[in-house]
Amino acid sequence: MTDEPLLRVRGLTKHFPVRQGLRATGLVRAVDGLDFDVRPGETLGLVGESGCGKTTTGRMLVRLLEPTSGSIEFAGRDITHAGRRELRPLRQELQIIFQDPYASLNPRHTVGRIVAMPLQVNGINPPGGIKARVQELLELVGLNPEHYNRYPHEFSGGQRQRIGIARALALRPKLIVADEPVSALDVSIQAQVVNLLRDLQRELGLAFVFIAHDLAVVRHFCQRVAVMYLGRIVEIGDRADIYERPQHPYTRALLSAIPDVTQLGPAGRIRLTGDVPTPLDPPSGCRFRTRCWKAQDVCATEEPALVARDGGNQATACHFPEPARAALQAEAAVVGAEPAGRGVEANVEEVSS
Amino acid sequence: MSRFLIKRLFSATLTLFAVSVLTFLMFFALPRDPVSSICSKNCNPERLERVRDDLGLNDPLVSQYAGYMKGIVTGRDLGSAQGGRCDAPCLGWSYVTNEAVSDTIARVLPVTLSIVIPAAILWLLLGVGLGMVSALRRGTWLDRAAIGFSLTGASLQLYFVGAVLLLVFVYNLRLLPVPSYTSLFDNPARWASGLVLAWVALAFLFSAIYARLSRAQMLETLSEDFVRTARAKGLAKPKVYGRHALRAAITPVVTIAGLDVGGALGGTVITETTFGIQGLGRTAVDAVRSGDLPTIMATVLIAAVFVVLANVLVDLLYAAIDPRVRLR
Amino acid sequence: MSLSPVEGVALAEIESDGGMGEPAAKGVVGRSPGQLAWLRLRRDRTAVVSGVLLVFFMVLGLSAPLIEVVYGVGPREQFQNLLDGFGMPLGYAGGVTGDHWFGLEPGLGRDIFIRLIYGLRTSLFIAFAAALITATIGIGLGALAGYLGGWLDAVINWITDLTLAMPFLIIALALTPTITLRFYGERGQVSSAFGVGVLIAVFAIFGWTSTARLVRGQVIALREREFVEAAKASGAGLGHIIFRQLLPNIWAPILVSFSLAVPQFITSEAALSFIGVGLSDETPSFGRMIYDSLDFLQTDPAYVFFPGITIFALVFAFNLFGDALRDALDPKSSR
Repeated sequence: MTDEPLLRVRGLTKHFPVRQGLRATGLVRAVDGLDFDVRPGETLGLVGESGCGKTTTGRMLVRLLEPTSGSIEFAGRDITHAGRRELRPLRQELQIIFQDPYASLNPRHTVGRIVAMPLQVNGINPPGGIKARVQELLELVGLNPEHYNRYPHEFSGGQRQRIGIARALALRPKLIVADEPVSALDVSIQAQVVNLLRDLQRELGLAFVFIAHDLAVVRHFCQRVAVMYLGRIVEIGDRADIYERPQHPYTRALLSAIPDVTQLGPAGRIRLTGDVPTPLDPPSGCRFRTRCWKAQDVCATEEPALVARDGGNQATACHFPEPARAALQAEAAVVGAEPAGRGVEANVEEVSS
Repeated sequence: MSRFLIKRLFSATLTLFAVSVLTFLMFFALPRDPVSSICSKNCNPERLERVRDDLGLNDPLVSQYAGYMKGIVTGRDLGSAQGGRCDAPCLGWSYVTNEAVSDTIARVLPVTLSIVIPAAILWLLLGVGLGMVSALRRGTWLDRAAIGFSLTGASLQLYFVGAVLLLVFVYNLRLLPVPSYTSLFDNPARWASGLVLAWVALAFLFSAIYARLSRAQMLETLSEDFVRTARAKGLAKPKVYGRHALRAAITPVVTIAGLDVGGALGGTVITETTFGIQGLGRTAVDAVRSGDLPTIMATVLIAAVFVVLANVLVDLLYAAIDPRVRLR
Repeated sequence: MSLSPVEGVALAEIESDGGMGEPAAKGVVGRSPGQLAWLRLRRDRTAVVSGVLLVFFMVLGLSAPLIEVVYGVGPREQFQNLLDGFGMPLGYAGGVTGDHWFGLEPGLGRDIFIRLIYGLRTSLFIAFAAALITATIGIGLGALAGYLGGWLDAVINWITDLTLAMPFLIIALALTPTITLRFYGERGQVSSAFGVGVLIAVFAIFGWTSTARLVRGQVIALREREFVEAAKASGAGLGHIIFRQLLPNIWAPILVSFSLAVPQFITSEAALSFIGVGLSDETPSFGRMIYDSLDFLQTDPAYVFFPGITIFALVFAFNLFGDALRDALDPKSSR
């Protein structure tokens, strides 16, 4: 997994002007300088609280939003400000799955039309015809291809999300941005859909940017994880590192909030006090300092850089990172064979077997 | 609130300005020469030319327009053939009626006001009342009758209703005199008896719309949580319906009412034609027929002023009823 | 708000039937929202009755020349021999006889029935044409304004305000002869086809703003929906997004506003003819007939009633149908 990254994001920034009347009165710094890479076939999880800018990031990646600054490179080409026509060939390789399966399907179109839409928009006529391809896609995502002529209102939430996935797959993309694809679904359905995505990822060699606030789902699905806070990445690294050896206090706090994940040992649950500061006026220096129990003067004046320590893959933006310690004991139980927890994890395992 | 008002007044002025420009252009595009229709066959070319000069028809369009607007704001001097000094608001001189247009308007405007304002009061009371009753007695014969009434009224033509009313009350039963206008201050009884048919005809048609609207609105409001809460906390029915529900239901009614009244003041053309009363609407029609440009301009502008003012008023009322509007 | 309640039970059955998409063995029939609305409409008694009435009117209007042949009297034929010395029709109720079902016009002695049939045709044609044109313009501009926003939206909004501020009847009254003279010239008799065209144009100029406003609002409500973004993310252009994604979702309110616009145009056409613009006396028209008839209100009331009742029935049927359509398309609004 050391080949050229499929997606390379540098300094990605999105500011929304806030207007009152005609005067611009401020800037919402929704996303403020992100750097990350996604290699072919890799799954990157983007986690954080709501309002931290994950969804904005996802929309910028597929160019539904225009980045304020920074660059997005896809397959070696700069697509940061590419127009619709330039983008067209790349659209086929870069698709998105939406959060709300009720809003993301046009209620007036049949399933067949919905899934065929990307093909028609791009003037693609697959061998065997569009209908055959659509039915193949429906089968791929576990739907009855005979339901080709049905309307979205006749399906359940999980089935609708499968339709959305089939639509995203229609163009045989290389990278899919999944924007909280399961958070609107029932827990039991979530597991089915995540497993479907994982199977597809393995079968088709897809790369994913998987946006979620649910750490358990991300752990199940993603090889690498980036943790976002107030428009910044505070920590990024391989799944095992992030989950077993979190170095950033915020990551630790997030992990400790997962019910019954006991690997943190006696530290127990870390309770963050206060609210997330407004992105209109983020704190100086380290953005997390207002809620951080380790914060010192330097945190207010100097912004910590996202740097890798110990020469590893794990990069942390913190002046006082946790030492890479406690994890040693849990080293044995890593990747692939998670310890079966309860709650969400349990469901996931159950269904995937 | 005052900023909101200033903003609204500014956009209203802009709209009025645009209306005046458009009307001016439109009527100058009239291929009919306004002068030739003024004097009869024994007009010689010189006299025509002189009238044209007097009217300023030989000046460029822009300066004609500027002169006209200046007349409205500050008054201006017209030629001796046009009555000399014309005080603000000067709307010009009509060669067709041989009087200052502002005099004509001053004469016919009270007529239209006398028709529209009582009719509007009547139709609002009738319409909203009917709508409320049928909403509260939903599903009963009363409700059904109200719906039937409103659908019928919405489909009737004013001139047809007017004709029937005339036929029954004036010609057959002879209960009322032939409709005509007498000043309210001269003789209130004759004022009312001369116009009552016009009020009834207008009220019948318009109240239908209000009955439908306020019924639908009331039903929607009644099903909302705050009404249920008010009932649940033990407020008496009349109080809930009267104070809470009516207030919420009335907002869209206010909008439509403002537009309707504004529009009706702008020319109850059909009503006045049907009942043979010379108000603003009929004056406008006559002016268009005889190519009387200054009068046309004046009537269109006044009509536009009423609509625009009504709009501003509606917005202010809205802001008073629903404070959220002010924040926009 | 229809007179008979919409049958919600039937609807509920239909929807639950189509529910979970198990690999069902029974017929996999998808019912589109449109088909569901059609079903509801067919079960609504008011809708059926008014719909049948409308079709009847349209057939009458369309087959006017045929009716003329069968009826044996033309719209311009004068029967002076059936009028008395004062030009009033002989006999009862304005000269109603087996030959002249609705009697004769005082003065010229033309047959009222056949003139009404032709007037129906004129009215319906003008109203439908005007409604179609205003809907097209309104949908196009409204969708663009709603989807793109910005200056286009501001301009269209402002034009809407402006047209609202202009007194329609007076402007139309002045505009109609202007347009006629501009494009037709002083050619004496204006052909009735041209007169009809001018009327439609005047309606189109003033009528499109309400549809535009409606469509704009609906598009604004929909444009942030994720299915639109999905299309965008697939590289769809403006045309695809507006026509394929957005419009199919708002045809219901458009259809309702169309069905209510038609009677409005019928009324407006009659009103214009009534104040003396619109069509020449040669072209039979409802408004024109009523205007003429007012002079004979005392002497020949039947002359007022026939056109008055006919236009009422027509507009009434349209309004009933429009209401029923609204209920069928938006079952939540029916109460």
